[in-house]
Amino acid sequence: MVKEKVRCCILVIGIFLLLVSSATGQTISEAYKGNIYQPGKLKPTDSVLKVRAGDQAPDFTLPSVTGEKVSLNQYRDKKNVVLSFVPAAWTPVCSDQWPGYNIIKAIFDQHEAVLLGITVDNIPTLFAWTNQMGKLWFPVLSDFWPHGGVAAQYGVLRSDGVTERALFVVDKKGIIRSIDIHDINQRPALEDLIQELEKVSK
Amino acid sequence: MKTMNPILRYKVVWIPLLIALMSPATALAQSLQKGGQLPSIVLPVPSNPEERAYLGVSGTGTFKIPQIKADVVLVEIFSMYCPYCQKDAPGINELYDVIQKDPDLRDRIKIIGIGAGNSAFEVETFKKTYQVAFPLFPDKDYVIHQAFGEARTPYFIGVKIQRDKSHQVFLSQQGGFPGAQPFLQQILKESGLR
Repeated sequence: MVKEKVRCCILVIGIFLLLVSSATGQTISEAYKGNIYQPGKLKPTDSVLKVRAGDQAPDFTLPSVTGEKVSLNQYRDKKNVVLSFVPAAWTPVCSDQWPGYNIIKAIFDQHEAVLLGITVDNIPTLFAWTNQMGKLWFPVLSDFWPHGGVAAQYGVLRSDGVTERALFVVDKKGIIRSIDIHDINQRPALEDLIQELEKVSK
Repeated sequence: MKTMNPILRYKVVWIPLLIALMSPATALAQSLQKGGQLPSIVLPVPSNPEERAYLGVSGTGTFKIPQIKADVVLVEIFSMYCPYCQKDAPGINELYDVIQKDPDLRDRIKIIGIGAGNSAFEVETFKKTYQVAFPLFPDKDYVIHQAFGEARTPYFIGVKIQRDKSHQVFLSQQGGFPGAQPFLQQILKESGLR
């Protein structure tokens, strides 16, 4: 009887805590029409970085949603590159990150930079998801197979197979100039990225 | 021996649960109700004199939405990262223009935007990108977004303000912006302005 009461109390406290924690600190656009999966609060970071600022950025070639293959090296001596790894399609913070970058092409242009969006999702999933964001001006790349191969090269593949929420700024010489392995639960502030781009384009 | 239903037997447990369900934390998870009141939030008085004049507020501190000099205030909770907020931005601008050009409405209906989870820089980026003329306020830490029930964006709240500065929510709508003219007609009808 006492044990039963204790179990019930634990259940009630659990429900209460769940309700209290339901204030998520994130926005979800109507654009996704209730199709965003809520993973809950995750461990902020969960991988060991394999590159450092000042290193040559490991080259890669990945398929994009629009069909062509994109290599990091194709921008060498032409453009600065921002690599934006986001953990997974159809999740809250990720769905609210790239659409913001989509309205600031002029700022990227001003700093002679391109953006490459990367996830470990497959192309059909990325196609359906990014269609909700409107027409994106930057390539969206699938690091699906071998699963998370590029993410693993950079050291941003988490133990559950998704990537960190990570931003790498790579200059025209292919050198990594800044790295932001962000708390996976939070969107990086735009001004921080712009500041890094300003440093690279000076 | 008669066995009582466990649900009734542990009312000591269920009563706190009901209290929990009615607690402010739970209320946060619901968008505002028509006929209700705004949560108690304050906004910074804009540094831009034109925006201060538009809102009819002065000084350098904070103000509450019902202190805005208007009969109706339309609040849009938006995010620069939200595709529909981006898509609707030209239409909301058109709504603002239509109101400003109507001598009977320009002093009676005011619009403000609150950037949920957006820093001042991000709000300014949205303002510049879409050339938004009405005041936008950052809500970097989602405080206002949570107080307004964490609705999906864009979220429109219409507030009717009485002469004594009491107020009532007459519109609470997630998305579904129908275009400038239909939305204006909806606001006029639901607020009782016309």
